[in-house]
Amino acid sequence: MDHLDQLEAKSIYIIREAYKQFGNIAMLWSIGKDSSTLLWLTRKAFYGKIPFPVMHIDTSYKFEEIYEYRDAKAKEYGLDLIISRNEDAIASGMDHSSKLQCCMALKTNALKMAIEKRKFKALLLGIRRDEHGIRSKERYFSPRDANFKWDYKNQPPELWDQYKSKQSDEDHIRVHPILHWTEVDIWEYIKRENIPIVDLYFAKDGKRYRSIGCKPCCSPVESDADTVDKIIHELRTTNTAERAGRAQDKEDTYTMQKLRALGYM
Amino acid sequence: MQDSINLVIVGHVDHGKSTLIGRLLYDTGKLSPERIAELKKVSKNTGKEMEFAYVMDHLKEEREQNVTIDTAQTFFSTDKREYVIIDAPGHVEFTKNMVTGASLAEVAILIVSAREGVEEQTRRHAYILGLLGLKQVIVVINKMDTVGYSNDRFNEVKEQTISHLSTLGIEPSYVVPISAIEGDMVAKRGERMNFYEGPTMLEALDTFKGRESRDNLPLRFPIQDVYKHDPKRILVGRIESGKLEVGDKVLFYPSEKTSTIKTVELFEQEATEASAGMSIGITIAEPLFIERGEVMIHPGDTPTIADTIDANVFWMSRKPLKKGERLHLRCATQELDCTIKEIKKRLDSSDLSVIEENARQIENNEVGELTIVTDDPIVIEDFNRVEELGRFVLVKDLDVAAGGIVIMPKE
Repeated sequence: MDHLDQLEAKSIYIIREAYKQFGNIAMLWSIGKDSSTLLWLTRKAFYGKIPFPVMHIDTSYKFEEIYEYRDAKAKEYGLDLIISRNEDAIASGMDHSSKLQCCMALKTNALKMAIEKRKFKALLLGIRRDEHGIRSKERYFSPRDANFKWDYKNQPPELWDQYKSKQSDEDHIRVHPILHWTEVDIWEYIKRENIPIVDLYFAKDGKRYRSIGCKPCCSPVESDADTVDKIIHELRTTNTAERAGRAQDKEDTYTMQKLRALGYM
Repeated sequence: MQDSINLVIVGHVDHGKSTLIGRLLYDTGKLSPERIAELKKVSKNTGKEMEFAYVMDHLKEEREQNVTIDTAQTFFSTDKREYVIIDAPGHVEFTKNMVTGASLAEVAILIVSAREGVEEQTRRHAYILGLLGLKQVIVVINKMDTVGYSNDRFNEVKEQTISHLSTLGIEPSYVVPISAIEGDMVAKRGERMNFYEGPTMLEALDTFKGRESRDNLPLRFPIQDVYKHDPKRILVGRIESGKLEVGDKVLFYPSEKTSTIKTVELFEQEATEASAGMSIGITIAEPLFIERGEVMIHPGDTPTIADTIDANVFWMSRKPLKKGERLHLRCATQELDCTIKEIKKRLDSSDLSVIEENARQIENNEVGELTIVTDDPIVIEDFNRVEELGRFVLVKDLDVAAGGIVIMPKE
């Protein structure tokens, strides 16, 4: 087994474990490269028939390409797609200058509403340890309390693929099947498996997005990488951070810690 | 694609784990301009000089208190391969986080300060490395800059460390004198320790091997779940050791049902065989009722079925483990309720001295030699042969509270 085979086998094991342990679960799909890779792995784990819903937290500020790609793939893969929006907050208009408040309202609260409605016991998320310092502290199975708080100072031990299985009534568990992948691993795998990816990642007129989210808070990086091969080459030679174009990482050193402690993805 | 090795760095609090990682990342060119800028900014905000330790200590509390709370991971590479570095907290209060980090590793670096020498958490962490079965260990004697790069002091601390490790059955592959803060003998040799002729820490790491292939061991395929995709019933799981092929006669343990492999199931991929490490599915010829927790094997080389096991257990909960207590045991995909029948020995995990024989309870961060009775039969195996069936966790209330290694019954 090569490196990618090992990453894939571990992820599939975790995805199957989450479904076996919790049954009523959902996968969060942001349509980005990581959660689209997670979706690919999840289809593999269940032989093409994913036995739970796939949820898109729609802030209404996403790129056009994201919506088009989402609807096309949901149809092609036969997904049980849930689109979750915080309509009240969207209607009242958002002030993007405070990332903490905007992300809380449109993402975290939209997610809260969806969980409340469907009573999901666990959520699959495509976060990776190398993305951001605070994510490097995560477990594969990570409990959240009724207020979605992540008690990062008192996380349960996790050893030998024995993940937290039980939970008290008010918790949901965040499951992170691709936590151990790096950004380059993702692209190597996209190449090997020929996974279709949103166009925004590929360079146009000297710029491309390395990480995508809401339009107002994402800026492209300088790049001529317009193919998967060129992206892999670029990542092997750059030392710019992946989320350098993401506003919520920059506002204050601990914005991501605050957001995550409060239930952000 | 290069291979990749998981490396854990352990040792007593303040002996320099986080600093060593910062140094490694800096010297191998892995720190982005954004991260360096962020570190400078945080260092300034908290009124400190630029500190390498901040590279891995991401939580606000960690930076303010100068202590790693939880394990963190990052990546670097040499010409030879890629490494995942796992930073494990040194403070006794966070030992469970250290165990979490170390359980993912194939290689360990035990860091010992040249000034202080072996301390309590050095010994406890060394014990845990032994418990987890880590055999590829490098000892680094850090802070050589604080002892004037003294060869004599290096030899003293080296002897002290080796003699402690030998009581745990650990023989380090290398003992390297370093200064993480100055960079000597980490990625570069430097000029100040010419008395030392061995490899730098990075050169030493590159001599290690990744996890060896387990294809040639006997087949152990613990069933994880059963998917009913009409008309198929697919038994899914990960092959922990050995190989399988369509047509193989197989046996399920502990039920001892027999069948034949009909198909190997991979999504949109044809396959007739599979080997250790792969997450796969199979179908079998007979319509047997097989559930999660059964272990599929080839007839002939069989594991042990037991309902009473002896084990060494490291306890990680603030609530003590009590004799007679009912707990949940998980070993590979087996999940069983069990009773702690006896605590034959209660040991101090820092020096393995016996605190008490035939004890009534063991406390947080202590080690117990236990006799456990499971409600149903359990499939076990020598940890040194098929580790997945020789180790287990105990779940108390809602959390994993202990890691244990089975002591196999004498034949």
